[in-house]
Amino acid sequence: MFPFSFTKAIDERAALSAGAAGGRYIAGGTTLVDLMRETVERPASVVDINALPYREIQLGPTGLRVGALVRMTDLAAHPEVRGQFPVISQALELSASAQLRNMATIGGNLMQRPRCLYFRDITSGCNRRQPGSGCPAIGGENRGHAVLGTSDQCVATHPSDLSVALVALDAVVLLRSARGDRRVPIGSFFRLPGTTPDQEHDLRPGELIVAIEVPAGAHTSRSGYLKVRDRQSYEFALTSAAVAMDIQGGLIRAARVAVGGVGTVPWRLPEVERALTGQAPSVQLWTDAAARAADGAKPLSGNRFKVELVKRTVARQLATVGARV
Amino acid sequence: MSTPSGSEECPHMSETNTGPFTINRRRFVGASAAVGGMVAAAPLLAGCAAEEQAEGTVTVNLSINGERRAVAVDNRTSLLDLLRERTELTGTKKGCNQGACGACTVLLGGRRVNSCLTLAVMCEGAEVTTIEGLADGDRLHPLQQAFIDHDAFQCGYCTSGQIMSGVACIAEKHTGSPGEIREWMSGNICRCGAYTNIVTAIAQTATRA
Repeated sequence: MFPFSFTKAIDERAALSAGAAGGRYIAGGTTLVDLMRETVERPASVVDINALPYREIQLGPTGLRVGALVRMTDLAAHPEVRGQFPVISQALELSASAQLRNMATIGGNLMQRPRCLYFRDITSGCNRRQPGSGCPAIGGENRGHAVLGTSDQCVATHPSDLSVALVALDAVVLLRSARGDRRVPIGSFFRLPGTTPDQEHDLRPGELIVAIEVPAGAHTSRSGYLKVRDRQSYEFALTSAAVAMDIQGGLIRAARVAVGGVGTVPWRLPEVERALTGQAPSVQLWTDAAARAADGAKPLSGNRFKVELVKRTVARQLATVGARV
Repeated sequence: MSTPSGSEECPHMSETNTGPFTINRRRFVGASAAVGGMVAAAPLLAGCAAEEQAEGTVTVNLSINGERRAVAVDNRTSLLDLLRERTELTGTKKGCNQGACGACTVLLGGRRVNSCLTLAVMCEGAEVTTIEGLADGDRLHPLQQAFIDHDAFQCGYCTSGQIMSGVACIAEKHTGSPGEIREWMSGNICRCGAYTNIVTAIAQTATRA
């Protein structure tokens, strides 16, 4: 680990000021400390933001608001979140381990770095870590990598389960800096790698995630998350699916579907949603709609299986959520 | 994931047993420092403990197993290294040192965390419970006793982390079935594969709690 200066921000003003001066925010530290020890991250200045008041979990008629410093454990266990936004609770409890979920925050979850062995290995090239140094994953070990949203610069998978659920539910990220507040739809918060894979999100220098908001809707309570992994627990997704549906009078009035483990960003599936909307639930419908789940996929040498697996993952989760009373 | 700088055991720092003269590295380093630094000790420290030995210390005030401590650390020191290297509480183990194995699990404010990913400087005012803080004098914590009764370990390296995590798992009431225990204990890896007996020990302790 490289040396750094450490400050604990006593309030928001102090945090934003330290952030504007180039300080790197730390909350749970589960990503940052790990990557600092690997010397992938080398911040000169680290700013502890845990004294800030972003701890609220509020449910109201317009939806859910979650402070950025809420721990994964606490959001997952919140009784009303479990009841009204089960896809969020499930995505969280299928993430990481109980220990890490006690530490990691909701804001930090969105800020996880890409899931790629080469990104973590400072002896290899990586266009995210060091622009222009190449992407050894494209011709190398790429079984866990993305098949959607990739570029010839980067094929790393986005690691967050929570973000897949939030993308499905049209969440909004609330950002704050000394220059003011911004509201960014989560779908445009994460950036495709393209030719600038080092730019992972729409966060400006010094800006802080304050909270996320998830709009209310008839679909949120009939929702769920399925994660397919190499081992049963404590593992990243090979594929995953977040599904929410509003089914009334025997017809699907609204459908929200996003997938994880397959994209360079959490991947929304509007074609699958269109195929579901207005239809009557049936086994055939789940299969037909899920057939569009890998549209545009570009498999690599080691991850061709994900193209079929993601379709089956979506079909399974549509059936599970669709059958729920 | 193994990397050159990350997870590998430091070869110079392992336990040393040389026939009639048995000395562990902790005593060795301590003795070397006491005689003004033997020549041989310098490269050991430089090679292995450099990140804990660096300049720029701050004092962290925290409670460890109910005892208030003021410990001088470098910014980079993890809570794990604070415990093991600064307070001689070596019951907490360093496995992967990257949050993947759970050997370093302690309770921080009553919640289980990976101490390897916790910066010590962020623990000002914190209450830490380690494996050394579980027993009541000579009376083992019920889960410690259950681990013995059910033979819930083999090599023992992951055991303190398993027990700390198990204590939290029981407090969280995630012990409704063997499957639930397995899921909520999945952050603790046991390379000997003692899982079946670990689950039994936790289940039995939860029932009696």
